[in-house]
Amino acid sequence: MLLTIATTSAGLGAPASDLGFLLHKNPARPQSLEVAGGTAQVIYPEATEERCQVALLLEVDPIALVRSGKGRAAEGFTLGQYVNDRPYAASSLLAVALGKLFRTAMNGRCDARPELAARPIGLEIEIPALPCSGGPELADRLFGPLGWSVEARPIPLDPEIPEWGDSRYVVLRLRGALRLADALNHLYVLLPVLDDAKHYWVGSDEVDKLVRAGGGWLGAHPEKELITRRYLAHRRNLTDSALERLAEADGAVLTEDVDTEVGDDGGVVPLAVQRRAAVVDVLRELGARRVADLGCGEGSLVAELLRDGRYDEVVATDVSARALTWAERRLHVNEMSDRQRERLRLFQSSVTYADARLVGLDAAVLMEVIEHVDPPRLPALARAVFGTARPANVVVTTPNAEYNVLFESLPAGEFRHPDHRFEWTRSEFREWADGVGREHGYDVSFRAVGSDDPEVGPPTQLALFRLKEVV
Amino acid sequence: MGVLEIPALSLVLLVGASGSGKSTFARKHFLGTEVISSDFCRGLVSDDENDQGATKDAFEVLNFIAGKRLAAGRLTVIDATNVQPEARRELVALAREHDVLPVAIVLDPPERVCVERNEQRADRQFGAKVVQRQRAQLKRGLKSLKREGFRGVHVLAGVEEIDAVSIERTRLFNDLTDQTGPFDIIGDIHGCRVELESLLVELGYKITRDELGRATNAAYPDGARRAVFVGDLVDRGPDTPGVLRLVMGMVASGNAYCVPGNHEDKLLRALRGRDVKVTHGLAESLEQLAAEPAEFRAAVETFVDGLISHYVFDGGKLVVSHAGLVERMHGRASGRVRAFCLYGETTGETDEFGLPVRYPWAQDYRGRAMVVYGHVPTPEPEWINNTICLDTGCVFGGSLTALRYPERELVSVQAEQEYYAPAKPLHVATAATREPDVLDITDVTGRRVIETSTHGRLSVRAEQAGAALEVMSRFAIDPRFLLYLPPTMSPVGTSPEPGLLEHPRQAFEAYRAQGVTELVCEEKHMGSRAVVLLTRDDDVAEKRFGLAGRGAVHTRTGRSFFEPTLTDELLMRLRSVVTEAGLFEELDTSWLLLDAELLPWSAKAGDLLRNQYAAVGAAARSSLPAATAALESAVAAGLDVTDLLERTKRRTVNAELFSDAYRRYCWPTDGLDGVKVAPFQVLATEGATYQDRPHAWHLGIADRLVTAGSDVFTATRRLYVDQDSWAEGIAWWEELTGAGGEGMVVKPAANLVRTDKGLAQPGLKVRGQEYLRIIYGPDYTEPANFDRLRNRNLGHKRSLALREYALGLESLERAARGEPLWRIHECVFAVLALESEPVDPRL
Repeated sequence: MLLTIATTSAGLGAPASDLGFLLHKNPARPQSLEVAGGTAQVIYPEATEERCQVALLLEVDPIALVRSGKGRAAEGFTLGQYVNDRPYAASSLLAVALGKLFRTAMNGRCDARPELAARPIGLEIEIPALPCSGGPELADRLFGPLGWSVEARPIPLDPEIPEWGDSRYVVLRLRGALRLADALNHLYVLLPVLDDAKHYWVGSDEVDKLVRAGGGWLGAHPEKELITRRYLAHRRNLTDSALERLAEADGAVLTEDVDTEVGDDGGVVPLAVQRRAAVVDVLRELGARRVADLGCGEGSLVAELLRDGRYDEVVATDVSARALTWAERRLHVNEMSDRQRERLRLFQSSVTYADARLVGLDAAVLMEVIEHVDPPRLPALARAVFGTARPANVVVTTPNAEYNVLFESLPAGEFRHPDHRFEWTRSEFREWADGVGREHGYDVSFRAVGSDDPEVGPPTQLALFRLKEVV
Repeated sequence: MGVLEIPALSLVLLVGASGSGKSTFARKHFLGTEVISSDFCRGLVSDDENDQGATKDAFEVLNFIAGKRLAAGRLTVIDATNVQPEARRELVALAREHDVLPVAIVLDPPERVCVERNEQRADRQFGAKVVQRQRAQLKRGLKSLKREGFRGVHVLAGVEEIDAVSIERTRLFNDLTDQTGPFDIIGDIHGCRVELESLLVELGYKITRDELGRATNAAYPDGARRAVFVGDLVDRGPDTPGVLRLVMGMVASGNAYCVPGNHEDKLLRALRGRDVKVTHGLAESLEQLAAEPAEFRAAVETFVDGLISHYVFDGGKLVVSHAGLVERMHGRASGRVRAFCLYGETTGETDEFGLPVRYPWAQDYRGRAMVVYGHVPTPEPEWINNTICLDTGCVFGGSLTALRYPERELVSVQAEQEYYAPAKPLHVATAATREPDVLDITDVTGRRVIETSTHGRLSVRAEQAGAALEVMSRFAIDPRFLLYLPPTMSPVGTSPEPGLLEHPRQAFEAYRAQGVTELVCEEKHMGSRAVVLLTRDDDVAEKRFGLAGRGAVHTRTGRSFFEPTLTDELLMRLRSVVTEAGLFEELDTSWLLLDAELLPWSAKAGDLLRNQYAAVGAAARSSLPAATAALESAVAAGLDVTDLLERTKRRTVNAELFSDAYRRYCWPTDGLDGVKVAPFQVLATEGATYQDRPHAWHLGIADRLVTAGSDVFTATRRLYVDQDSWAEGIAWWEELTGAGGEGMVVKPAANLVRTDKGLAQPGLKVRGQEYLRIIYGPDYTEPANFDRLRNRNLGHKRSLALREYALGLESLERAARGEPLWRIHECVFAVLALESEPVDPRL
């Protein structure tokens, strides 16, 4: 992977080769340094009075990277660990190398040319392959406000297969008059942010690094939140290598966990919160004391239910062992008193397998679950939940597809979440729910969750199934 | 000298005061492990066998152990004083809970004997008072022991009697495990004598008649087979006495066994003059029997009274009962067991026809024994979890059905007419008798051990099962269509040849070392592994698998390749070719499971190709030339970076080769246009699996399919290699990979091969140098990388490949035999679970 920084005598207001002083690297002597994952080289392809260009070239050793264990924790034991873009594309590894090689320059110190270090100089930075998650315009949104003129040209995935379109990489060119230290700090922070990949373990010291490198500019950046979130986001120690392996066996790519679906992070009160409130209201109305959240995910509804003393027993299940581990942490199960722990049962289960542990509940909640089940498997879900577990009440919520037109960020025809197998209109949902009710002996009523638009209805639809009295 | 008869499966309570000799008696007559003593349990929980303060906890332990033993069907002896009724009540309840007979053996030597024995023991401080009190309690309770529920009460008074007695374990009446058959099990007859006679004749029995021409017996030639009647011989039909006469004759002569049905039970009560409602056809029986002589009625009464609730045959492999039987009651004896056998399990509700709603016990049945029963009329007998109901409603105008055991063949004769109007139409009954469409979570989760026919017992760890549960639930198709998942395959050992990781020679050598020299090399298609389930007609899936549809085309992890309409279209195309090739007829089957490769790779793995492979190429294509240019300038400027420049240039070439490598396996598809299926093995058909057929047979079938439909099937090239033709095999591989092919798979030509060391690997893959670039990375051929990569460990992968292979074969065999869905799914699930094991994915 490669990054070049160039300046001219006009831009610098001094002989261009003085850039060497600023970087503390002699243009006449190539320098190499062992860094995490490979070898970094600093060379000057050009170093004349008029123009000076420094190139940072990082030769990644993918095998060593895997063997050192740096890749494993983050990526699981999958093929992607071995065949990936790291030897070519600018990533957090390049940022780390940058920080190591140009530390003094990043701090703004230059004893030989202090006045050059202190003032803005004309710079031209080029990265031939920069992963840019969020599209080329994101590069502009991140570098633009910092005083750069940005050119981000997308690279096609495969020129021989034009129908595949562009890759997520761009050729990035930045031009501007900035202090060199600032320029380096921008790169140090924003390269991993643009990459947005889980390349290495982000520890708590990363927060300090971010504060240090972002000092003076990050606070006023309009995209401050996105930068901070992405920079610190990949705190994943619970990757599920097994799942990734199985997905890969099929030639599929496991979708990243998207915590929120479209609509859940917008509005005054996020939809997820409104939905939870609606479900809790229904459970209260029913006077349910033994309740289950089937497909509890990380357990936000469960946490709410546990806080309420009216529930004698809260059952939390999910098909993903990983989600349950998260839920367990989030709910602090290990620190619970015996009394609290008695109220909670948390275990792996699947809505397409009959599970006798779920028999005898007052209410079961399937909140945003059914749309993650392939339609041909829905009868199995109905049999398992309504037939075998047979709670007195079942609360089901699912997106209302008609409402999708009101989500500006959602392209027409797309689902709100990549794992959704379907999104139903109100009538489709009613048809399914009525059918399940008929077959399994439940009365069904429907409610709206969120603002009920006169045309397209509410964003989320809710069905309440009540078991008919046995005659 | 007395002999105490004790049922082989019972809970034996020794009753007697302290010092009465219970422990000595237990040691003499029972195995050490059969006896649980309260003293021992006191010691377990308190370190002091005489600590009376620990009694409560000790008995909890005792009950727990006894419960576990009884659940496992083991005779258990309780060595405790048991002189108080409360103590005994709890144990009797435990026996009932497990449907075993409680037996009491009272040891009652004179008081002074007990006192003396206690005095001789240093650890016992009891005075005579304790013994006196205990004996008094015992005396008071003796008379009521029978009432407490004990089925046998044996009182041994006096030291001599206790010493002289011996114990004989008697088999339970229902225990016919030594009878191995073959049997012909006959469903509900309900007075349909004519049909019974026809059925017996059809089955090959010869009927004996009395002087009035009435059938009095029937025997199979040489007594080679015996009949078993599932009960409900009587009521509703035209000739109940005739049926009884024949069946009673067969049972008396040893030509048949018979279990009682609920109708016999009620008839018996009526014959004994009890007040019963004369409904459901009892009137007909009573009227017909009234015309018979009193002796006959008396014989009927004796016969019915003597019927045993159910029988366990053939080493426990076959259970016959009128209304079916849950596994924990097999071979047990209690009022509950009898009630289940006669009436089944009802939920207490009634349906719209006023009939009791029956609990569908068969859907939850997971036992190994085949359970054959009647009781609920169904239009067609259907296997549900290794159980089958033979009541095909003869008296309602249906048919009378027999099941040949162990052949599992059904034989039936049509009713000559409807003799009695059913309370609800026969066809309505079907809903509850289907194979369940939802499996139980306990069928798959937790640590599991699966017995395979080819590779012994294989275990799956709980975490692996957990990972598989998620994938199976989120992505897999309906388990009823998911009969098989293909195993992973090991590569050959690493080649010593320079520049090559894999080479055919290692495959040939590996097989030769195991004594396998006849080999087949099959071209390895770079597509996606596909399992294809085809059905012959549109109603096959529903009938055979209980699921509407035409079949499935699924991946290695059980996902459907295409959305439903495309799948259906593909299945239709494949079906028509297979039909044209005459395969369904030739293999005499209504369905067919094929192992295949689906091409192109991009059809399924588009995302992976774009996100993983093409992306690497794109980044390299932009980054390496820029680096080369920078380095060239630097060299021109006089810097010494020539090595780095050369290396970067080579890497540029590697990256191009890498892109070339994946591009070969991509071509555009539109719907099904461009999609090809390359079958290479027939996995299973109805009643058969094909792992013993040589690959030449399988490939021959594949060729016929290609000939019949080259628009959708494509051929797999192959070369047969023996000891003398390794060079040809190597040359062929070089040719294949030189032309950009993925490589080949070397397999034993005979297919499944067992060697001295166990199963041989079913195949070893030998991948080409360029193909490996997309596995090991563009620069894997760089000397610095290559030498490190040679060092790869194949042991785990090989063991995994064999285990998955054996599990796959097991699921195929189970599917072909028509075993219960959960038994098939267990193996399929296990393959997926094993696939989650962390093994180097590049192997």
